[in-house]
Amino acid sequence: MAVTGILLVLFLIAHMLGNLKIFTGAEAFNHYAHWLRDLGTPLLAPGWYLWLQRGVLLVALLGHIAAATVLAMRARAARPVRYAHRKKVQGSYAARTMRWGGVIIGLFVIYHILDLTTGHLNPVGDPTRPQANVVADFAPERWYVTLFYTLAVVTLGFHLRHGAFSAFRSLGQQTPKGERRARSLALVFAVALTAGYLVVPFAVLIGLVR
Amino acid sequence: MDLFTEGDPIADAKAPEGPIETRWERRRFEAKLVNPANRRKMTVIVVGTGLAGGSAAATLAEQGYRVRSYCYQDSPRRAHSIAAQGGINAAKNYRNDGDSIHRLFYDTVKGGDFRSRESNVHRLAEVSVNIIDQCVAQGVPFAREYGGLLDTRSFGGAQVQRTFYARGQTGQQLLLGAYQALERQIGLGNVEMNSRHEMLELVVVDGRARGIVVRDLVTGEISTEMADAVVLASGGYGNVFYLSTNAKGCNVTATWRAHRKGAYFANPCYTQIHPTCIPVSGDHQSKLTLMSESLRNDGRVWVPKAKGDDRSPRDIPEDERDYYLERIYPSFGNLVPRDIASRAAKNVCDEGRGVGPTKLGVYLDFADAIDRLGRKAIEAKYGNLFEMYERITGEDPYEVPMRIYPAVHYTMGGLWVDYDLQSTIPGLFVIGEANFSDHGANRLGASALMQGLADGYFVLPSTIANYLAAGPLEKVDAGHPEAVAARRDVEDRISRLLAVDGDRTVDSFHRELGQIMWEHCGMERSEAGLRKAIDEIRTLREEFWQRVRVPGDGEGLNQSLEKAGRVADFFELAELMCIDALHREESCGGHFRAEHQTPDGEAQRDDDRFAYVAAWEYTGTDEPAVLHKEDLKFEYVHPTQRSYK
Amino acid sequence: MNLTLRIWRQKGPEDKGRMVTYQVDDVSPDMSFLEMLDVLNERLILQGEEPIAFDHDCREGICGMCGLMINGDAHGPQRGTTACQLHMRQFSDGETIDIEPWRARAFPVIKDLVVNRNAFDRIIAAGGYITAPTGSAPEAHSTPVPKVDADAAFESAACIGCGACVAACPNGSGMLFTAAKITQLSLLPQGQPERYTRVIGMVDAHDEAGFGGCTNAGECTVVCPKGIPLDTIGRLNRDYLLATTKRGNTPGS
Repeated sequence: MAVTGILLVLFLIAHMLGNLKIFTGAEAFNHYAHWLRDLGTPLLAPGWYLWLQRGVLLVALLGHIAAATVLAMRARAARPVRYAHRKKVQGSYAARTMRWGGVIIGLFVIYHILDLTTGHLNPVGDPTRPQANVVADFAPERWYVTLFYTLAVVTLGFHLRHGAFSAFRSLGQQTPKGERRARSLALVFAVALTAGYLVVPFAVLIGLVR
Repeated sequence: MDLFTEGDPIADAKAPEGPIETRWERRRFEAKLVNPANRRKMTVIVVGTGLAGGSAAATLAEQGYRVRSYCYQDSPRRAHSIAAQGGINAAKNYRNDGDSIHRLFYDTVKGGDFRSRESNVHRLAEVSVNIIDQCVAQGVPFAREYGGLLDTRSFGGAQVQRTFYARGQTGQQLLLGAYQALERQIGLGNVEMNSRHEMLELVVVDGRARGIVVRDLVTGEISTEMADAVVLASGGYGNVFYLSTNAKGCNVTATWRAHRKGAYFANPCYTQIHPTCIPVSGDHQSKLTLMSESLRNDGRVWVPKAKGDDRSPRDIPEDERDYYLERIYPSFGNLVPRDIASRAAKNVCDEGRGVGPTKLGVYLDFADAIDRLGRKAIEAKYGNLFEMYERITGEDPYEVPMRIYPAVHYTMGGLWVDYDLQSTIPGLFVIGEANFSDHGANRLGASALMQGLADGYFVLPSTIANYLAAGPLEKVDAGHPEAVAARRDVEDRISRLLAVDGDRTVDSFHRELGQIMWEHCGMERSEAGLRKAIDEIRTLREEFWQRVRVPGDGEGLNQSLEKAGRVADFFELAELMCIDALHREESCGGHFRAEHQTPDGEAQRDDDRFAYVAAWEYTGTDEPAVLHKEDLKFEYVHPTQRSYK
Repeated sequence: MNLTLRIWRQKGPEDKGRMVTYQVDDVSPDMSFLEMLDVLNERLILQGEEPIAFDHDCREGICGMCGLMINGDAHGPQRGTTACQLHMRQFSDGETIDIEPWRARAFPVIKDLVVNRNAFDRIIAAGGYITAPTGSAPEAHSTPVPKVDADAAFESAACIGCGACVAACPNGSGMLFTAAKITQLSLLPQGQPERYTRVIGMVDAHDEAGFGGCTNAGECTVVCPKGIPLDTIGRLNRDYLLATTKRGNTPGS
């Protein structure tokens, strides 16, 4: 979980930084999007790098889901009879929502790809003008898209908060002081990433980005 | 009818003569050995998995014997040794404060009020140093100093700091060390572990212990297990008093069944009453909790001067308080030994000056210490004990003085064993609290852990070989008539208990038995009281067999049935305890006879008449027991009157 | 106090089991939780019913034998307290209390509230020891141990093996129990020779017993009556990673 999670987190960081380019203007953002496709040329043919990255991400994602499924199945098998009195959450909500959170994020990712990568669900859907796609997506009259996006990103924030801490732990973080550090680092990271992702649609919503 | 008759004296035939410090060495050399190839063919049964039983089973398996181990708990790690708080004595002299094997030997014989065997105690002191080495090698996390070496502290009855400890959980840590060694042998297939099994009978064939009858507490199945030797490490019998610091399951059944089959029971009346326990809060009370003796280092014990003073302790002015230990024993004050402190508390409560809702309690007050040292310092020293007290009583001991009262804690008596720890039945060995051997009439703090591990790790594994080497014994299996008869006895008894179907619960009988024992065979005993107790116990025992109600059947888990069998044996033991207490017309250690005290109320021994071990032979229920005396000789430590004034 | 209890009754391992409601009156706040159950059992016996089977022994919070799920809390609402040390003053008059056994595949129910925890023993037998046969020990002072290490080892060694960690874990994992022993032994110099074989053996035995995997949810350490810290699991993970990667899972390599 930790290793595949880290790969996915690295992508999330890069993706967020890319998103933020939107504040530098439509031109720059579109240029960035096109540059991505040409990354690695002339060593690689145009678009190859992107497919390479997609391949790695897909493997990481499948690995992540597979590991999560194994854990979930083991957990289910480990307690064949449930408690009659539902247990209270004593640790953290972030930790207890990992599985459903993961599912929500997974569904969102599918929607997100159909929306902004392939353009099938996008009102503009023009692959040559990614900035316009984004602006059209989060237009005020499509508030429900923004709401769904926000929910997904907040869920991702929770997922990351426990996920990041848990990854440290799985990779052997072992002192009480380190635990405090790992927990705050995970929190700061989760909040920063959530904010970074949310700032774009809200900027569109209030008309900061047109 | 006489309560008992006197038989031939008994002697410890195995104890070597000669200089005391060479005896153990010589005994080990003289003992026969079993060749490693033959050990694999020999089976030893070990009943109980506490410090003694756990360490013995592990060590015997390491030596190559096949071991079968039994405990009534769900895991060998839960034996009640785990609850020991204070520490373990060892004559390491790491403090350079004048300790030595001889001094530990001396302190222990004196602490036992000159009613123990010199040879045994000296061996215990010799072995004590090996125990610490062994436990450290196993990873027992003893307290350490900043330099990385082991820390020690002082304990009652000694003027040197020889007690090794692991916070307030020394017993737990030592037991887990032994348990892990045992689990290693289980994993290797050398020990067959049977948890949730209770021994209900001993099988004796041709005069030798050859097996046991056990009940699987989960399935109810009765089975007969045969072996070349049987080791009992089943602990003490403090629960005869119903309320004690023992675990709820602690019982006398294993040793009592062996006693009925011919093993002598020695000094049953020697019981240790611990002075600092949390008092009884009501009829529902099911057990008593010990507060470490170390609290008396800083707490001051007092009661109001006036009878029936119901004011809150903080409202009682200084001049209306009686700090009775400091008053009566000015030189030792609050730190007098356990037996003295317990009896003093009983006396003030008998005068009607006890405190708390039941009036059976005295104050242990930390106000002075908090003033002097500050709350922080007291917290650092006793924080966890204060929390435990508050959890149980709901009172904050930083604000209100603790209430404490004595409670039954340990039994020095047990099955009689010789120097080899073998009982009067050949092939039956008894170790740990279950035997009587090393503590005399009173046990010093931090000595029980030492004795349990000495017996299990070092003494028994050497001496049992001498017995086994005489073999091989004739093969017998569970079909032998004696084994079949033993098994039938067990089944009959269970059927009888289930068949009564009366109108009283087992616990109600146990509670009543405990009250009789506490009243008449507790901290202070008298001839009249003991005679009355014997009558009452007999009446109650008969009532038990007519009115007890044991629900359910013998199949499967039936906790009421387990309890019923144990209580039935406690009745018989209780009677013998009273007879032993009655015949011992002197006061010594944990046995205080009202008729035998000095003019100022201290215990008065009678060495001319009673410097012996009383080993009792069973002749049948309602038949007079037979007393066999083993004379005690003191060549190295000369008996003196203990005084703590 | 008057209380309504809903208690899990199960005749045996094969029985399906169900919650049964009992009324208990005149409960004293000074009773321990188990003494309250004793009172109920005494009544049930006299009424000709089967008393409720529950495990207990020392009743002073150290043997680890007792273990009840009380209103969804392992060992009940008071932190750092076993069920036997829990007192009725923690509850209020008229309250309804649900009492269930530990629920885990590795801890099958034997009867009512009694479960079989032998899986813990098997984990210890698979490496939770230091091999030091009796008589082979060197002088205790031959290896000094830094006080901080000894203290930290003690903190982990305080585990009583009650199984509350498993009962509370959303994954039914026994990792805190396993990690406590691994931490204790790996902090001590005596534990080094077997450090890597130990962690592999114990984790394998843990998985074989049917416990779930750890997701660092942290419920275990909250309910642990001895406060075994969660970072012990980090130590286990680190040792496990080292054992499986660097040392190639081969003893002695």
